[in-house]
Amino acid sequence: MRASKEINSFWKKGLESSLFQIFITFLKISPVSFGGGYALIPVIEKEVVDRKKWLSAKEISDVFSLAQSAPGAIALNSAIFIGYRLKGGLGAIIALLGILIPTFFIMIVFSVAFIYMKDIPKVEAAFMSIRTTVLALIVYAAMKMGKKALVDIPTIALAAMTVLIMYFFNHMIHPIVLIAGGGVVGISIYLLRTLKGEHRPYKQANSPSQDNYSDYMI
Amino acid sequence: MDDIIQLFITFFIVGFVSFGGGYSMIPLMQTEIVTRHQWLTLEQFTDVVAISGMSPGPIAVNMAVSIGYMHMELPGAIIATIGIVLPSLICVILLAIFYKVMKNNKYWNNALYGIRAIVTGFIVLSAIIFIRNNSMISTGSWYTISQIAIFAGSLAAIVYFKKHPVYVICISGLVGVALYS
Repeated sequence: MRASKEINSFWKKGLESSLFQIFITFLKISPVSFGGGYALIPVIEKEVVDRKKWLSAKEISDVFSLAQSAPGAIALNSAIFIGYRLKGGLGAIIALLGILIPTFFIMIVFSVAFIYMKDIPKVEAAFMSIRTTVLALIVYAAMKMGKKALVDIPTIALAAMTVLIMYFFNHMIHPIVLIAGGGVVGISIYLLRTLKGEHRPYKQANSPSQDNYSDYMI
Repeated sequence: MDDIIQLFITFFIVGFVSFGGGYSMIPLMQTEIVTRHQWLTLEQFTDVVAISGMSPGPIAVNMAVSIGYMHMELPGAIIATIGIVLPSLICVILLAIFYKVMKNNKYWNNALYGIRAIVTGFIVLSAIIFIRNNSMISTGSWYTISQIAIFAGSLAAIVYFKKHPVYVICISGLVGVALYS
């Protein structure tokens, strides 16, 4: 009786420390993502595969490819998925909190600082230049996403139509309708191609290289 | 109370469709936050995008934290953050449960093929909106030339010289102080 109780509490302790470890691991990773996810994917891989040995190299590449097909930032999605694989729903929430808490507080500090400092002439001047640099970052994101998404004529047409529709009919059509429409068109094109007997799968960036993930977080 | 529920619902919707994350969500957020709910002015919104790009973490989540904070202080920041990450939590767990089915699901993969094209359009649109909001190419000629130079320099630093975005933003801030103050 006592022995089983001891085993039970030992097991519980193991479980708790492991949840705690998940939390700490992602807490440590989080602030590295400064300015985007460039550094984050290899860091997660190193922590989870090489050091903690929670997942194999094959499993982690599955994690990243699945994280890409869910909405949201790939780093958060990977953390959620890894947490879930290790400890179920609770593990997913713990991993998410770990990766979220540091950036949350840093962002609060940034917001407060900005509210108090935005009227200082030097800060205003700095932001006149920084806004243009942010524009360059957006253009860079468009280039990266475009390289991956615009693989044939239908996708180029879809993207061009999106820009025109959203620019001129912004008040009439909600962006969500376009996203849903994109999904429907994607499936329709696939079905049409299958009907015509064209088994040409579209090119997809499947090989998990660092480059593929960076555009998901910048 | 009503306001905080609105805040939650707004970011929950944004979170659900944030395929491609980051800058692709700017048109959607602007529609919801500036045009519909009028929580921020266009200028404030543009500044939020700038400071979100400078902070660690995903830009969409950073924007949620910042907009939530500016609208309703700390409770707003927490609610907006929960709103934007909850869809990821739900979707990833669902995908994890149906992993074997979803991994090579042709319909889902082809839906994403279409969605990614739309998202690319959104990012291009973000750039256009950004130029329009900041009236970067309308005022005095010296200002326009300096802005074009900053843009070209920033893009070259990121694309060709592979500099880290935070590094480029910091240098750009110093250039701004030197040029405009």
